[in-house]
Amino acid sequence: MSDVKKFMYLNRRAPYGTIYAWESLEVVLIGAAFDQEVSLMFIDDGVYQLVKGSDTSESDMKNFTPTYRTLGDYGVRHMYVDKESLEARGLTTDDLIEVEWEDWETEESVDNIVEAVDAGQIAELLAESDVVFSF
Amino acid sequence: MADLYTVNKSPFEKNSLADAIKFSTDGAAILLIEDGVYGATKGTAVESLVTGASGKKFYALKADVKARGIAEDRLIDGVELVDYAGFVDLVEATDKVQAWL
Amino acid sequence: MKLAVQVNEGPYQHQASDSAYHFTKAALEKGHEVFRVFFYHDGVLNGTRLTTPPQDDRNIVNRWVELAEKHDLDLVLCVAAAQRRGIVDDGEAERNGKDATNIAPKFRISGLGQLIEAAIQCDRLVVFGD
Repeated sequence: MSDVKKFMYLNRRAPYGTIYAWESLEVVLIGAAFDQEVSLMFIDDGVYQLVKGSDTSESDMKNFTPTYRTLGDYGVRHMYVDKESLEARGLTTDDLIEVEWEDWETEESVDNIVEAVDAGQIAELLAESDVVFSF
Repeated sequence: MADLYTVNKSPFEKNSLADAIKFSTDGAAILLIEDGVYGATKGTAVESLVTGASGKKFYALKADVKARGIAEDRLIDGVELVDYAGFVDLVEATDKVQAWL
Repeated sequence: MKLAVQVNEGPYQHQASDSAYHFTKAALEKGHEVFRVFFYHDGVLNGTRLTTPPQDDRNIVNRWVELAEKHDLDLVLCVAAAQRRGIVDDGEAERNGKDATNIAPKFRISGLGQLIEAAIQCDRLVVFGD
């Protein structure tokens, strides 16, 4: 077994209504220290986690939407979004935040690691991961 | 070998069973536990989720089936009952576990 | 097989903790190694010794404690989740100035890194949640 595992975080819940999205994000942030190959998958209401424009000032909840934008700095290489879940909710990738990624050593960079994928790709991506985290 | 996909929601409450089927690969083992076992019953409006899925093998956790008063003859043909030891065996026999909550 | 188990829900409210317990017990009885059971989200509520269920019901907390005593299980409550939900051990009571502790024996409070480490080290991660 190689030292680096492919981690997949499976997110299927909307933010704010329950704590799952936020506490799931906390695992991703802490997990960065372990240098694994990390991807996030957003399906069903999970796609709402990436919708931009969140303002929690009147709800007095911690606004963690901006934290997603920093995930590229936390070793997250891919953020996949289910196309059908987006369409079913009247959303496109234009409604979602963008997340930049850069490899500090090689200076390789990607402007936006948020990518819409179809069901077949999702099944493959999940299947080829070593560990799937569900929250 | 493919993965083990666990589903713990009634198909009438949430789309977890539909998702597990849709996002699983050929050869998948799909294990219904807790309220997920309702997805294994015959004669429901959603039974085609299971009967129409090709290339997947379905299992239901016996303790949860019994707790919900589901008689074995109400189970969709081909759904195999397993106990917790069988659950462990499925985990060992597959590549990894995906929990569809 | 070396297993990591994750429990996302508290006792009684949801069956997740029951399922995780029966699964863990069955795995141990089959001779598998359970490297760690990690309690996250409301799952940390499985680790309070103040739980008092009615006498005719199962005692979910004690059941975990007894399983841990028998098999030397590592039962870990996530510190961030535990702090939010008021699960306190001696260290947390001192650090945060609390006047009591409520952690059950055999449980310990530690960081999320313990979940990541378990996922890296184990052959399988099995998640029980809502």
